[in-house]
Amino acid sequence: MDIFAQFFDVLPALQQGIWVAVQPHNLALAVIGVIVGLFVGALPGLGSVNGVAILLPFTFVINEATPDPASPMIFLAAIYYGAMYGGAISSITLGIPGASTAVATTFDGRPMALQGNADRALVTAAIASFVGGTIATLFFTVFAPALSSVALDFGNPEIFALMLLAFATFIGLGGDDIPKTMFSIFFGLLLATVGFDTISGEPRLIFFNEREQTAVLEALGSTDAASSVPIFNSVGWFSRGIQFLVLAIGVYGIGEMLWTINESRYKVTMTETKISASRIMRGIVGMKDAWKGTAIGSLLGFFVGILPAAGATPGSLMSYGVSKMTSRDPKSYGQGNPDGVAAPEAANNSASTGAMLPMMTLGIPGSPTTAVLLAGMVIWGLEPGPRLFEDRPEFVWPLIGSFYISNIVAVLVNLAFIPLFLAVLRMPFTILAPVIFVLSIIGTYAAYDNMYDVWLMVLFGLGAYMLRILDYPLAPAVLAVVLGGTAEQKLRQSLLLSDGDFAIFYSPFFDRDGKGQEWWIAPITTWIAVILIALPIVVWGIRKMRGQTAADV
Amino acid sequence: MRRAEIITAFLLALFSAYLMWKSGEGPEWDTEYVHWANTGINIDGSGPGKGFWPFYLALGMFISCIWIIINAFRRLSPPSQSEEPFMDGYAKKMLLFVGGGLIGFLILIDLISMYAAIAVFMFYYMMFLGRHPLKLSIVTSLVVPFWLYLFFDIVMTKVQPKGLRWIEDAIYNPAGAFFRDQSLLTIVLCFAVTGAVLAITARASRH
Repeated sequence: MDIFAQFFDVLPALQQGIWVAVQPHNLALAVIGVIVGLFVGALPGLGSVNGVAILLPFTFVINEATPDPASPMIFLAAIYYGAMYGGAISSITLGIPGASTAVATTFDGRPMALQGNADRALVTAAIASFVGGTIATLFFTVFAPALSSVALDFGNPEIFALMLLAFATFIGLGGDDIPKTMFSIFFGLLLATVGFDTISGEPRLIFFNEREQTAVLEALGSTDAASSVPIFNSVGWFSRGIQFLVLAIGVYGIGEMLWTINESRYKVTMTETKISASRIMRGIVGMKDAWKGTAIGSLLGFFVGILPAAGATPGSLMSYGVSKMTSRDPKSYGQGNPDGVAAPEAANNSASTGAMLPMMTLGIPGSPTTAVLLAGMVIWGLEPGPRLFEDRPEFVWPLIGSFYISNIVAVLVNLAFIPLFLAVLRMPFTILAPVIFVLSIIGTYAAYDNMYDVWLMVLFGLGAYMLRILDYPLAPAVLAVVLGGTAEQKLRQSLLLSDGDFAIFYSPFFDRDGKGQEWWIAPITTWIAVILIALPIVVWGIRKMRGQTAADV
Repeated sequence: MRRAEIITAFLLALFSAYLMWKSGEGPEWDTEYVHWANTGINIDGSGPGKGFWPFYLALGMFISCIWIIINAFRRLSPPSQSEEPFMDGYAKKMLLFVGGGLIGFLILIDLISMYAAIAVFMFYYMMFLGRHPLKLSIVTSLVVPFWLYLFFDIVMTKVQPKGLRWIEDAIYNPAGAFFRDQSLLTIVLCFAVTGAVLAITARASRH
């Protein structure tokens, strides 16, 4: 019951936070963020992560222009929420998910639209999203301060072990090809090491540096190689490191767009949707048929969202599955059952709030979108992690307050502007695509004032497109590039403490401070991570054995 | 698709091997440095060297690539089972025109300024790839960079590249001086008026 007592303790802070969140400038940012998010979510091929990554550079300006430290985050969190609501619009009317988080919404949303009930599906999605988001925000308010106070005692080995766990869940539960997921994680972590080593202060991984240029020129037969270099400004390109946004915008602004163009070939067809105030009211009344899916999605979504590597997409798919499994009439799923729309929609909103929990309290994001949010917080001068709740309450509580407000704004804007969104979805992709490319390029330049980063971003985008065709998951790389710097620092500091002995991570009896104390959190976390990494191999082994047994019989 | 899977993993394995070698490299100015010396786990009692973490990450990449290649040979991964080509004719053409357009866009930024490059890219994309009417393509490719100019350079003072010197002197300096003197209301009006022009053109071209 401690946790509930704590909830009542935080109520005054929450009240103050909500007060700050409804100040005109913050409310305006929430409204603009929600509208942008709804558009981004509704447009096929773009999800919350694309919107947040492409628009992150704009928040530097908000940070300078507003008095509240939480304002830029309120804007981005509103985009995140809006995108979760928006994904349903194209899932229902176009039959293609606006974002991966809305894939499960197509299962029943599209049949409802084809039966002439698109308006009802849209309203059900909006209200379920609102309920899911609000319940998750309540959970967040209860759990976040408690978790952050526990995490205050974490040292370097604990934090590294938690990061290991975050990556292990991608391998164990991500569902993608294992070696490709591993490649993606290692590559992301390695990109984070380019530039200067923060501990020794020496440069490293400066690609194609003068020494290599000279060697190449000499190999090509140049007699005067030394005087010809540098032909390529390697220091200019790599000494500042590979900026996180360069990879995130490259992957989500350029790579994903190219992939969507290739998949959709600029062609989508929209179902006829009739919408009016009375039809919206009819949809709201009809919510009584969808309460069960909403409840399942709201609860399950939040807890799945907390898990690293899980997030809103698996949260919504699992909620759809559980809702169908526990239904009295599972056969009606896939034929236009409102519960089948409500469950994934409540879940994706709930999970998006759940994913914020480890990001805000531990400094470890659970999804690519929260990874971008975390990177944004670092750029604005905040240090995500357990100390945030103690040191920066003027940031934390208005942000949590804004979660409540954004949800209300999102459901109202969503219901009020459904016709407008439908009109926007009719916009040809051949206008949208160049606009996204332009925003990606100008946004990257605005963030770093440097053309090298813009070039790198486009090159990463083209590379990401190729790898996407071959099924390489890129979300782990984006997460890894954000966590890479901290992961290395924590690993090296831990190994410095242990004189290079890895037992500090896996043994509770490793004597860290010479006092004979036992440390359990890091070893437990490490062993869970090891089990998760081994899980696919064990499952594969069991399947193989069963297969062989069957064959033997 | 299988061949592309194997070739890509092979190239990535080569790249990983280069990264492993590169991790063991010392500073360019240190002529006495012995390669790999900084990849140790506990160098002189001061913990891992600067090459330790990148070296083992690159090794992890290398092993993953070998695993991917083995899976591809054994036809265990979906791309290695797929009979579809890595890129069909459409995908190749799309990559050439869109990817090429993007590279062209970046080259133009340094020459003719960010906003002019945006105008050229938008026009190219809408007119030649989207086959939109000429009028709509021209209006959109003028209005979008104008909005971005007002937003970034004027309202937010996040200055973008201005291209060759004479372009900056002839166009951007007088334009900047003019718009910075205007009130925020005038700027909002500029957004609204150009937006209306764009909306009217779009409506007319739909008919």
